[in-house]
Amino acid sequence: MSRKERLVVIGNGMAGARFVEELIARGGRNRYEITIFGDESTGNYNRILLSGVLAGTHTAHDIFLNPLPWYAQNGVTLHAGHRVSGIDTNLRVVHAGEVAAPYDKLVIATGSSAFVPPIEGLRRDGQLVDGAFVFRTLDDCSAIRKHAERARRAAVIGGGLLGLEAAKGLLGFGLSVHVVHLASHLMEMQLDAPAGRILARSVAAMGARVSLETATVAVRGEPVSELVFADGSSEPCDLLVIATGIRPNVDLARAAGLAVGRGITVDDGLQTSDPNVFAIGECAEHRQTMYGLVAPLWDQARVLAERFVARDASCTSYRGSKTSTKLKVAGIELAVMGERDGDEPDDEVVTYSEPARGIYKKMIVRDGKLVGAILLGDASSASTLLSAFDRADPVPEARGELLFPAVAGGGACKVEDLADDAQICNCNGVTKGAIVQAVRAGKRSLKMLCDATRAGTGCGSCKGQVEQLLAHEAGDAVTEDPSIHWYVPGVPLTKPELVAEIVARGLRSVSAVFAELAAGKEDPASKPGLASLLKTMWGSAYEDERDARFVNDRVHANIQRDGTFSVIPRIFGGVTSADELRRIADVSDKYGAKMIKITGGQRIDLLGLPKDELPNVWRDLGMPSGHAYTKAFRTCKTCVGSEFCRYGVGDSTKLGIAIEKRFQGLEAPAKVKFATAGCPRNCSEATVKDVGVVAIEGGRWEIWVGGGAGSRVRKADLLCIVDSHDEVLRISGRFLQYYREQAKWLERTYDFVERVGIEALQKIVVEDSEGIAARLDAEMQRAVDAYVDPWREAEEPVHPTQFASLIPVSSLVKKAAGGPR
Amino acid sequence: MKRLGPIDLVALGEGRTFDVDGERIAVFRTRDGQVFATQADCPHRGGPLADGIVGAASVICPLHARRFDLASGACRGDDCAPLKTYPIEIRDGALFLVEERAPLHLAP
Ligand code: SRM
Ligand SMILES: Cc1cc2nc3c(=O)[nH]c(=O)nc-3n(C[C@H](O)[C@H](O)[C@H](O)COP(=O)(O)OP(=O)(O)OC[C@H]3O[C@@H](n4cnc5c(N)ncnc54)[C@H](O)[C@@H]3O)c2cc1C
Ligand code: SF4
Ligand code: FES
Repeated sequence: MSRKERLVVIGNGMAGARFVEELIARGGRNRYEITIFGDESTGNYNRILLSGVLAGTHTAHDIFLNPLPWYAQNGVTLHAGHRVSGIDTNLRVVHAGEVAAPYDKLVIATGSSAFVPPIEGLRRDGQLVDGAFVFRTLDDCSAIRKHAERARRAAVIGGGLLGLEAAKGLLGFGLSVHVVHLASHLMEMQLDAPAGRILARSVAAMGARVSLETATVAVRGEPVSELVFADGSSEPCDLLVIATGIRPNVDLARAAGLAVGRGITVDDGLQTSDPNVFAIGECAEHRQTMYGLVAPLWDQARVLAERFVARDASCTSYRGSKTSTKLKVAGIELAVMGERDGDEPDDEVVTYSEPARGIYKKMIVRDGKLVGAILLGDASSASTLLSAFDRADPVPEARGELLFPAVAGGGACKVEDLADDAQICNCNGVTKGAIVQAVRAGKRSLKMLCDATRAGTGCGSCKGQVEQLLAHEAGDAVTEDPSIHWYVPGVPLTKPELVAEIVARGLRSVSAVFAELAAGKEDPASKPGLASLLKTMWGSAYEDERDARFVNDRVHANIQRDGTFSVIPRIFGGVTSADELRRIADVSDKYGAKMIKITGGQRIDLLGLPKDELPNVWRDLGMPSGHAYTKAFRTCKTCVGSEFCRYGVGDSTKLGIAIEKRFQGLEAPAKVKFATAGCPRNCSEATVKDVGVVAIEGGRWEIWVGGGAGSRVRKADLLCIVDSHDEVLRISGRFLQYYREQAKWLERTYDFVERVGIEALQKIVVEDSEGIAARLDAEMQRAVDAYVDPWREAEEPVHPTQFASLIPVSSLVKKAAGGPR
Repeated sequence: MKRLGPIDLVALGEGRTFDVDGERIAVFRTRDGQVFATQADCPHRGGPLADGIVGAASVICPLHARRFDLASGACRGDDCAPLKTYPIEIRDGALFLVEERAPLHLAP
């Protein structure tokens, strides 16, 4: 067998990594030994989603396309964090510091860098001063986010696509944001002046200040504290993002003697002036055109991969790409494609403008075909226009039909009515036809479909359309992952099936459940759910295995982002005393709580305590655990009530204390919060709690269930009206026990009540239609009686190193027997 | 070989963080009797891995639930750098770190 050719790729960015993927997909590994050099230390990520990471809609981990292990798994050698310093085209070797990699073929995909204009005080020793950033890499993004936490007044220099996306991200941090732009309208590269003016209003409405025709001449302070403008004015600024354009990374190519214009010159075969060296992406210049968007580089990567595996390389060639883009700023719809102005003498320019609503639409028609468009404020017809643009379809006689499909009588254009070659995913260039085909080939869940076609895996804005296509194409055959019906993902049984098996086999521990019901296969993610269920079912006969608990439940406190813990002692009904407050103050001083905070649940949180000190903290507090860390009864929020309040008709404070005393620590499938209100003014927000009790005239109490105001807001349903505190405790306890038995793991009452229905619950819980009320009451009493304050583990830890945050090895020689503490 | 101490320092099915000559190493003891040692801080955002949930020779970080294979260090979802792993053994009921530890590199 002949030796494989050595292929080296410089640049592990969107073009370089995509090319390698395309090559592997075509069996390229049989012919090439592939090596990639990447300046960044991570795998390849979706650069266009950095805007999402800054805005907080994506996490850094969401945007990885090829994480580090991918390369090894696909037989590709990656030198991550290695910057190539030179190319020797005679010896055909690439140098990166110590590493030298010989090649037979070389692909340069070095992309571009942010352009930083010469502004006084902006750089020091070639570096941007502290507080000033560019926005190009994941590292830039993390640095901006970190700085934004401390900043107040941000400025973005540059009102192009990137600058506006950065501005939106910064607004999300609660900063004041000033967009400083040199040109006379925003996004002048893509928009004409009227569109730019309307966009400026929309950006202002979003909360950012916009200054046009403004040149920044100096930056003062280190870290940045002030900006100075050309007219002599200045303003304070403590975070600066520079988004004034990009410069292709061509130094390597130029030094290697390759032909370089603005970018590295390539022909239709993407070949440079050296027959063994190729270039793609933002660093390449093809037919005098440079691209700054991903779609063209996807085309280039595909063409080059095809040429690399084809016997006859003349089969495919690259002839340039049509470009289109969308602004990824929530609240502003903007799609642009092709040309901006329509300068040819016979061009037909159709415009529609409605500044008050922020709407502007423009179409440029040449020889009966669409060659450019702007859709601002209403991009609902973007996909129709894009497919007409991409395929150069003849534009309808009544031009408006394209801009206003609804006026044309068709209603909003449905994605299923588009032609098969209409592009749905504009990031990955996936057509409607490809998606439909994948559905027909069996990809019947949204996740499988996106994974298979890559649609929706770019900026994600087309996911809705993909889902629509899936629904239309697969109809009832759309599948869900079967595990969504199981109580936990690691045991293939619904909750009733699981409970029946556990009872029949007498399984009392989590490990026993895995052994008997999951073929011995442990699933760590399923452990906490099983532990909660078994405790609820067996009470004190449950065999507690600590490793099945989440760390919060092992140390009875809430883990923080830095690995320390927060402590919330129970303050029954929100009523405390001077003595308790004094102890809380002393403990905070003694153990150095980093923050003392009044919580939204009417108690006090001591944040930032080391794990090792938790037992001492509890001991010194002399108060029971508030269970703020676990899936259990949390708090009962109370209002002042009839004792003091001039409107109060019921003693809501006393009732709240009784409720907390009874249900404290009671495990449940999800957390449970109560509130009591002394009258229907409802100052304790009882109708948005899992259980809310509201006093009404005549000494009676309404019991509301299934409310919530967290990630979802739902007003509770009225379960019944009762006459006394005792009745409140009895009925709400019965409801809770039924919920504990029937709800799925992590299903809050607001979902549970909706699923079961309030009428059904009234029958079972209030009217006892199933004859189980007495049993539910007895089970609840048993659970209440079994309650033990977990903070007692201060005196009797279950394991010698239960609270050790770090076990020093040297001292162990002496202390080994007892373990350090 | 470096003796960390008796095996009981790490509760069954859990992890603990050790300070070995200034290096923070997480040691895990699975229910089927195996032990593993990895870097202590999650490569994602520094979460204390020893506080994670262990099972099927893997650990779930307590902060954002990345899951890592304890033997290879690889991240399950492939969305995070792998963990450094260290050879570790049980001898006469005690934990020993094998001294010549070769950190696992995926990319040469
Ligand atoms: C401390 C507190 C904020 C505060 O300072 O006021 C708080 C802090 C946390 N909340 Fe909360 N919530 C707090 C009151 C609330 C409230 C208001 C209330 O209870 O009246 C709500 C809305 C009501 C509700 O729950 O419906 C609330 C809705 C949430 C949610 C969304 C729950 C949902 O299903 O909709 C979460 C996320 C979750 O549980 O998965 C959450 C999760 C969290 C966690 C535990 C996040 C976590 O898992 O680590 C926070 C811990 C912070 C930390 O690092 O220590 N927190 N959280 C409040 C504690 C109250 C207490 O005394 O126990
Ligand atoms: C925040 C942001 C949002 C964007 N949004 C969009 C959008 O919505 N739509 C769109 O189409 N485009 C968007 N873009 C543009 C798009 O990301 C780029 O067009 C694309 O990333 C270019 O790909 P590339 O591979 O040519 O360059 P890059 O992705 O920059 O990759 C080049 C890689 O080469 C590496 N490298 C450079 N020199 C060397 C060297 N000497 N040795 C080793 N490695 C080297 C770099 O570190 C980099 O990782 C956006 C860009 C940013 C920054
Ligand atoms: S709910 Fe009623 S009793 Fe409670 S404080 Fe408000 S007005 Fe007073
Ligand atoms: S810190 Fe470990 S998953 Fe985020």
